[in-house]
Amino acid sequence: MDYTPHTDEDIAQMKKAIGIASLEDMFADIPEKFCLKRLPDIPASLSEQETMALMQSLSLQNRLPQMTLTGAGAYHHFIPAVVGHIINRAEFYTAYTPYQAEISQGILQAIYEYQTMIAHLTGTQIANASMYDGSSAMAEAAILSAKTLSRDKIIIARSVHPEYRAVTRTYCWANGYEVVEIPFNQSGQLDLPVLQKELAENVAAVLVQSPNFFGGIEDIVPIAEAVHAHGALLVAGFTDGTALGILKPAGELGADFVVGEGQSFGNSLNYGGPYLGIFAAQGKFLRRIPGRLVGATVDKKGQRGFVLTLQTREQHIRREKATSNICSNEALCALAAGVYLAALGKNLQKLALLNVQKTQYLKKQLLQLSGWKEVFAAPVYNEFVLSCPDAGKVNDKLKKEGIVGGYELQKDYPKLKNALLFCATEMLSKEDMDKVVAIIK
Amino acid sequence: MELIFEKSKPGRSSVSIQQSDVPATDIDTAIDKKYLRTELDLPEVAEVDLIRHYTNLSRRNFGVDLGFYPLGSCTMKYNPKVNESAASLPGFTGLHPYAADKMAQGNLQLIYEMQQYLSNIFGMAQFTLQPAAGAHGELTGVMMIKKYFEKQGEKRHRIIIPDTAHGTNPASGALCGFETITLRSNNEGGVDIEHLKSLMTEDVAALMLTNPNTLGLFERNIEEVSRIVYGKGGLLYGDGANANAFLGIARPGDLGFDVIQLNLHKTFSTPHGGGGPGSGPVGVSKSLIDYLPVPQIVKTADGYQWSDNFPDTIGRVRTFYGNFNVIVKAYTYIRSLGAEGLRHATEMAVLNANYIKEKLKPYFDLPYDRVCMHECVFSGKRQVAESGVHTTDIAKRLIDFGYHPPTIYFPLIVPEAIMIEPTETESKETLDAFCEAMITIACEAKENPQILKDAPLSTEINRLDEVLAARKPDVCWKKT
Repeated sequence: MDYTPHTDEDIAQMKKAIGIASLEDMFADIPEKFCLKRLPDIPASLSEQETMALMQSLSLQNRLPQMTLTGAGAYHHFIPAVVGHIINRAEFYTAYTPYQAEISQGILQAIYEYQTMIAHLTGTQIANASMYDGSSAMAEAAILSAKTLSRDKIIIARSVHPEYRAVTRTYCWANGYEVVEIPFNQSGQLDLPVLQKELAENVAAVLVQSPNFFGGIEDIVPIAEAVHAHGALLVAGFTDGTALGILKPAGELGADFVVGEGQSFGNSLNYGGPYLGIFAAQGKFLRRIPGRLVGATVDKKGQRGFVLTLQTREQHIRREKATSNICSNEALCALAAGVYLAALGKNLQKLALLNVQKTQYLKKQLLQLSGWKEVFAAPVYNEFVLSCPDAGKVNDKLKKEGIVGGYELQKDYPKLKNALLFCATEMLSKEDMDKVVAIIK
Repeated sequence: MELIFEKSKPGRSSVSIQQSDVPATDIDTAIDKKYLRTELDLPEVAEVDLIRHYTNLSRRNFGVDLGFYPLGSCTMKYNPKVNESAASLPGFTGLHPYAADKMAQGNLQLIYEMQQYLSNIFGMAQFTLQPAAGAHGELTGVMMIKKYFEKQGEKRHRIIIPDTAHGTNPASGALCGFETITLRSNNEGGVDIEHLKSLMTEDVAALMLTNPNTLGLFERNIEEVSRIVYGKGGLLYGDGANANAFLGIARPGDLGFDVIQLNLHKTFSTPHGGGGPGSGPVGVSKSLIDYLPVPQIVKTADGYQWSDNFPDTIGRVRTFYGNFNVIVKAYTYIRSLGAEGLRHATEMAVLNANYIKEKLKPYFDLPYDRVCMHECVFSGKRQVAESGVHTTDIAKRLIDFGYHPPTIYFPLIVPEAIMIEPTETESKETLDAFCEAMITIACEAKENPQILKDAPLSTEINRLDEVLAARKPDVCWKKT
């Protein structure tokens, strides 16, 4: 199976037209000693039926969970049928980047609508067409801040997702920027007095997340005031995008950039990718932000249409002076997010409230177990941290029943021994949660 | 077309949310009021209107499934449907990335085997599948080069990049703190060896080379190029954007490349989704294995496991394990084709490109008249001189003939460039018809240039005012 339509006769005619005797003549520029004498060692080709059987059997070697109680950066939500039907339209998914606007109005307009929805949800004025994932969006916001202010230090809260911190460290190391972490206080929120002490003239940006990795909602206003008093920029992330259905967005509370993971909006768990990096900013950064941007304009007849715009920020025009190196992004995931948000509309708030209800219930039930305690007092959206007598044992019991348990925080935070981070979304019924408690008991 | 916001009417919705089945908690006691938002301005539309909106948008979009898409350097081959079916199996889509490794053995095996297949196909010691796209792979590769010199105790500040390279190359170098210097091409479209010798110093970390380059030409002097780079202790980075030109024919590892990044959404047939998601695996030679990003898969007696335990790693470049679902599609493709199929695909891709080159040569300037690889680059210079018609006009006129235009104005060293990459999945009939259209347009340029300047005439939206879009940016709709 190789999807080439060439018949032997076609090949013969084409060779003649080109003036070559054999196909190998086309590769004459490759020095002889580098030409493979033997094909690469990979398994032999398969028919479509064999291929599908192989893939089916591989997929069945995974154990699909009965329930998923972990969020921690990837969230199990219901995806309305409309999302799959739209993103599976070949006009969208078999297209390249919309370089030719006249035959790409579909994806261009859909992205413009997505940008609008995201800017509104995050309380900012602008959003780009997408980044790779939440962590790369955060790291690029840090780099952009340092370049914009010509400063070389980045502060990041330890209550930010450990992998987001790791990615930010990698990007900052490559650019020679220093990264300092700020501890969390007893409520599991950023420790403001420590931040105030660390803020200095060389700090470019402070990176926080709200809800943070522990599920806690950060008090953004005083953080923003402290950051801005030192001329630095505030980058505010979030965890589960559906939280924006009820929480006041960081863009309204003083954040300069709002970045995060948009997977929750209509994208499957997919074992971690592809996901959707959301990048939103206050309007003054319009000509500096990374990534593609779609703008409205008019055609020769005066009709509204859409184009990729402000491309002088981008690598294909500015090369080494570009604001980022990003080229391909996650357009189809952004399309899914746009369809999802349009399908839910104001019901995103209802959904978020439902998540809060489920979360409060699960937390309350688990707290009735002997030896279980609440670890942090900060208000939460749909994730929370509890300590228990033996976290490993709890997860083993759940795994035996085909349940993905809580996230064990000890591996990233050694002091949080036997602490589990749980997530409850609309996917868990009361019955499910009662079963979880019964299994642990 | 109306925006979704303009179709919105208060009180409508597509998706209803079920009633809660747990005892109610008062929201104000759970979350302090100061944290709650007061308004949520998302569109309110009925499901039928939502579906019609996006379906009508899709009708204003061109994809490979609608027609020929010879967008140079983007390898817009057909995206086999079996890949999509495989990738949508619930076992692949439904797993949380933090599910225990024991629950995810199928996924881990697939990733592990994919790394091995790519290592064998490209002759590299090891691959990582973490990067989300080609440019992300470039960044990852350049980071590993940086780490390599850091570990050697050497400070090298520069990277050499040919003038034909994609813009992502210098941008990736810059995002990694390197100064980038431009290497000239010679008059046959390859690396100017003398210039390379003059630029290559002990302050240069690497040469980033695309081979075949963006002119679609194989770098004949590759051995000498690598000798010069290695002679000064530098490394050779390979941009694998054009890997469709040599599958089963030659291997970058054998050619001396230390790093190569791929684009699964080009070479390995995964759909590009209107701009992404892609996937940008990076392969390295033995000397760079220690610096690969984490996590990596290790195979143990107890099955496959993720491990972070690699002390010299550059660290993480993204969350979780890469664009997994894209990798599933590319894996499906490799298993369907096998090595023979991959080689045949390359042969047909190169045959198609050379066929187009020969057919159009009499009508358009061909700046480098050599056997090409997977793509060929013409110049619209003649049309500009004869009738004032530019490459962009030719491209827009092609739309009226039902084709997606080639890549234009790239590579930068070819004036009025027209970069055509047909790929292997197109038939001789398709290529003949496309060439006919190009020849017709070349005639129109002489006889009726205005029709090209007015093109496209067949689309609902005509040429758009890009200057206005940039001067008065409107990137977010506002209620009026």
